[in-house]
Amino acid sequence: MLAWTIYISFIGVLVLMLLPREAARAARIIALFTAVAGCVVAFAGAMQQPDPGKVATIVKVPWIPAIGASYYLAADGISLVLVVLTGLAAIAGILFSWNIEKRTKEFFAFYLALIGGVYGVFLSFDVLLLFVFYELTIIPKYFLIARWGSTRKEYGAMKLALYSFVGSHLVLIGLIAAWVVARAQTGHASLDLMELSKVPFPLGFQQWVFPLVFVGFGILAGLWPFHTWAPTGHVAAPTAGSMLLAGVVMKLGAYGCLRVAMVLFPDGVRMWQNEIAALAVIGIIYGAGVALVQRDFKFVIGYSSVSHMGFVLLGLATLNTIGLSGAVLQMFSHGIIAGLLFAVVGRMVYDRTHTRDFNDLQTMQLGKLLPFAGVTFVLAGVASMGLPGFSGFVAELQVLMGAWKVFPMAAILAGVGIVVGVAYILRAMQKAFYSDAPAEDKSGPEHPLEPISVPERIGAIMLLATSLVIGLFPSLLLNWIQPCWNSPLFERLLKGGSL
Amino acid sequence: MTWIAQNLWLIPVLPLAASGVIAVNKQRQHKLAATLAIGSMVLAFLLSLCAFSATLIHHGESGVFREVAGFNWLQFGGQWLQLGWVLDPLTAIMLVMVSFVSLLIFIFSVGYMAHDENFTRFFCFMSLFAAAMLGVVIANNLLLFFVCWEIVGLTSYLLIGFWYHKPSAAAAAKKAFITTRIGDLGLLLGMVWLYAETGTLNFYADGHGCLESSALTAMVTHMTAAGMAVSTAIGLLIFLGAVGKSGQLPLHVWLPDAMEGPTPVSALIHAATMVAAGVFLVARVYPLMSAHPEGAAAETAALQVVTWVGALTAIFAASVAVAQTDIKRILAYSTVSQLGYMMLGLGVGGVAVGMFHLITHAFFKALLFLGSGSVIHGCHEEQDVRKMGGLKKFMPVTFATYAIGMLALAGFPLFFSGFWSKDEILHAAHGWPVSHIPFFLGCAGALLTAFYMTRQVALVFFGEYRSSGRQSAHSSSKTDKHEKSAPTHVGGYDGKGEPHESPAVMIVPLVILAVFAILLGFVGTPAWPWFDGFLNGEPAGFNFSKLTESGTLGLMLASAGFVFTGLGLGWWLYGKRQRKTAEEPDVLQVAQPAVFRLLENKYFVDEIYDATGVRFNAWAAQACDFLDRWIWGGVVMLVTWVTLGLSSLYRFTDEFVVDLGFDTGCETLREGGGEMSRWQNGRVQTYLRVIGVALVVLVLFLIWGRKT
Repeated sequence: MLAWTIYISFIGVLVLMLLPREAARAARIIALFTAVAGCVVAFAGAMQQPDPGKVATIVKVPWIPAIGASYYLAADGISLVLVVLTGLAAIAGILFSWNIEKRTKEFFAFYLALIGGVYGVFLSFDVLLLFVFYELTIIPKYFLIARWGSTRKEYGAMKLALYSFVGSHLVLIGLIAAWVVARAQTGHASLDLMELSKVPFPLGFQQWVFPLVFVGFGILAGLWPFHTWAPTGHVAAPTAGSMLLAGVVMKLGAYGCLRVAMVLFPDGVRMWQNEIAALAVIGIIYGAGVALVQRDFKFVIGYSSVSHMGFVLLGLATLNTIGLSGAVLQMFSHGIIAGLLFAVVGRMVYDRTHTRDFNDLQTMQLGKLLPFAGVTFVLAGVASMGLPGFSGFVAELQVLMGAWKVFPMAAILAGVGIVVGVAYILRAMQKAFYSDAPAEDKSGPEHPLEPISVPERIGAIMLLATSLVIGLFPSLLLNWIQPCWNSPLFERLLKGGSL
Repeated sequence: MTWIAQNLWLIPVLPLAASGVIAVNKQRQHKLAATLAIGSMVLAFLLSLCAFSATLIHHGESGVFREVAGFNWLQFGGQWLQLGWVLDPLTAIMLVMVSFVSLLIFIFSVGYMAHDENFTRFFCFMSLFAAAMLGVVIANNLLLFFVCWEIVGLTSYLLIGFWYHKPSAAAAAKKAFITTRIGDLGLLLGMVWLYAETGTLNFYADGHGCLESSALTAMVTHMTAAGMAVSTAIGLLIFLGAVGKSGQLPLHVWLPDAMEGPTPVSALIHAATMVAAGVFLVARVYPLMSAHPEGAAAETAALQVVTWVGALTAIFAASVAVAQTDIKRILAYSTVSQLGYMMLGLGVGGVAVGMFHLITHAFFKALLFLGSGSVIHGCHEEQDVRKMGGLKKFMPVTFATYAIGMLALAGFPLFFSGFWSKDEILHAAHGWPVSHIPFFLGCAGALLTAFYMTRQVALVFFGEYRSSGRQSAHSSSKTDKHEKSAPTHVGGYDGKGEPHESPAVMIVPLVILAVFAILLGFVGTPAWPWFDGFLNGEPAGFNFSKLTESGTLGLMLASAGFVFTGLGLGWWLYGKRQRKTAEEPDVLQVAQPAVFRLLENKYFVDEIYDATGVRFNAWAAQACDFLDRWIWGGVVMLVTWVTLGLSSLYRFTDEFVVDLGFDTGCETLREGGGEMSRWQNGRVQTYLRVIGVALVVLVLFLIWGRKT
């Protein structure tokens, strides 16, 4: 049933392509309908799954028997969390791009293609299939940014695409190497994740292949110092694009790190554990620091994503169930919160004021002109800085708890990152919305700002409510995530392999 | 389990619900907002009384009465983390204090904020604050404690920045939030460590809690790298949280700035409850702080730190208060100083000593703040004490209640609560075996307290009114530009710029608080140490002979002596010789300009922080930004350039090497083709001629070829 999330999205793409060019309204409605259907299927499928701890096969048919590739879709609790996140983010993104007038139907076609690819990655249990879906997401991403973006869009789009391709080629090399070695060891060719995870790769092999694959995926997760695509890409992208980039695309990278790199090469992880944690912590502090001095509103949020994704990577590096659960929870939480922050900056503020420069924004008194946007940003900002009650707190708390057991120093430094996080959010909040700086001419903006529309309100409330519900009842997701660690897939990772 | 212990959660949830309902209602429904907020507080107060009486009934049965309840919240690894609440004497007493003071301040605010356009927002935030604060009080779990603690911090931020269009208020709010967040980082790490160490965050859970003996013994014996017991290290981290919230050195800088918020906020949050939460936190985890191995000295390192920080803060802030001119800032520094006393009390004398001062202070400081609110209100938003004077004529009730609060704070002997609670602290400090210095610091602080309060009261209420109507009109028009929604004058604004008494809704809470500022002292006198006994689960009896015991009596006399000296000095310098104009320099400024400048500028702590921490942070952030823009960006650009360069090279090769060969080849072919095509020019004669020649050649070839 969950496989229909992928099919529905691509059917949506086909239907949109058949539409006449002028039918902008119809395109929007079809896109929204597709996204809602995908989300409903994701929820229903997740609810149906009897035991989220087990990997439940959805479909498995041979694809390229010669190399052992199969069309193998399956899901465990971690997939469920991310599939549901994708469903929610997809709906929200469409609600916040309701005002796209330029080539509406192409926009949504690319958008849905991206969503379909993302669903595919989260549900693939065949590494080649996963890789194909992973590559598939790059193309729509490129066009979404290059065509509908703003500030230096060609540059941002190209940078993103190049980074992604470099990353995926590292992954590809690693996977080919793994396939070759696995065939030599087991005697038959397979690309099945479950089977590969049982192959005892030699230590020397893991030592160099693991970083290759991990960094390859990590690039897309904003791993420092390969993170610079993220801020420029986010800034260049249209609102829905940055929402998806931060909301789900960065999660693809983190998911790949966990699902492929770490599961296949558990001893490799242990060898590089400290280095990963160090890079993650640098990313946390560094991202927060850079966010503190930006003049462009969107760059603040872009860098905050780097910082928050650092928590995901730190959680992964802990290799204990608390930290890993925290990492997955943080993927979900950041997907929701960053999406909302980008929605406020891109759609609610930039589309109306046509500026993101704090120096301009602080003369506009947006808090009074757009009270809804102000309140939304305050709440989203509070959630982003990890205040209890919102999902970020439980996620980051778990990561810190997990990290404390392995590298206390990293936990302390990550905590420092949280404090800086408070500072940049408050700074952005006051500069953008609640500042009273005198404008050169007291006339205010030439046209009265368009009031916040209904789709925006629905989207904002939906995302806020999600973050709040998960913040108050984290067990809803943890009941899916927690049992996964007992599955044979993660056995070697958690129990300690040959090291 | 008693009914109230089971349903203790109702107490914070009531104001929380009120806050939610206010938030979703229309902005103009002032009456509804006030009714909801006050109504929920009344209910919370009644329930708190229930809880209090439940502990009273069970008081003295066997040890400390304590009931806990909880539920599973979060799965952690394989374990469930619980959230829950605890009813014990400490909780009960704090509950009653917080809900009662909140209730009075809510009522006061109805008058104070009456004309503010954001009246409903104010009550929404205040209710949210009260809910979170009550949550802090009942929490039986460091996690729930932390959750509520953070929400308290958030509402404090929102309320300090309530008039956010004032740049100073916005800056103060940000400063407060970030400074306390630095302390909270310690608390967070302490919590994480505590969990890693004990596997639980519950305070009390039938012997399995982290404050109960089995966990404590384990932590005491387990050493960290620096040779410090784990319990001490965790205790210190947690104390860092308390330092931030309670404005102790060196994180005190936010509290005086926080006075930018509306005065009721200062009274409730920044005097009576939130800032006391830090003290309460130390009291709550006191078993952890005081845990020590069998046979070791009872003064653990953690408690020594608490003591020293408290004592130093007490004297530091008291000395700064001497040189301030803003009525609220004087009170703010006084709050910092008094919080230092509470910490000192906790460090040297235990929970009961610190908590007693916390409770009495809550009442008289709330009284003083509300009184100052009434004064500010009456003087048309003037906050500079130099521009006041002679107000006792204009505002008799405010004056009377303010004087009571001031005497209580100064520690006027026998009749005021502050005397008894401060006396207990000094008494305990006197008997502290480690060092006598905290005791002397405390005594000096007591003298200074009496001095600066006398100075303030003398400047505000005695002498002649020093602000002319014109001046005040000028200053208010100046502020009005930035304070469009600042409270405008209620009641008898006579247009002449004369101060006036405040309306009844503001006066009544003052009177009630004043009554408590006097009465509360009598529950903790040496003769009837009921408070002490209540918290420690021991019965307390009357014993008047205790009062006249040599140690007690001597200390009481000494402390009274300090107070009278302070009062006398203050009156001599400021009361007898009233300043004539607002601009005149301070008496101390004339006598000791250098010292006064140091105090006036609060020992330049803010400047030092700006020059070091803040600047370093900004520098580091800039450096990272630079790195991203130029180094990482540069690497990317470099790669781009290299790629472009290579591409150009390739293009060059293509154009001049590959293409040249290719083109030449093509050209040759083409030309060859052209050459060939000349043969097919369609002229039949030429064809025939060629055929003829070919024929001849062929024939000749055939003839001669055969032969050879």
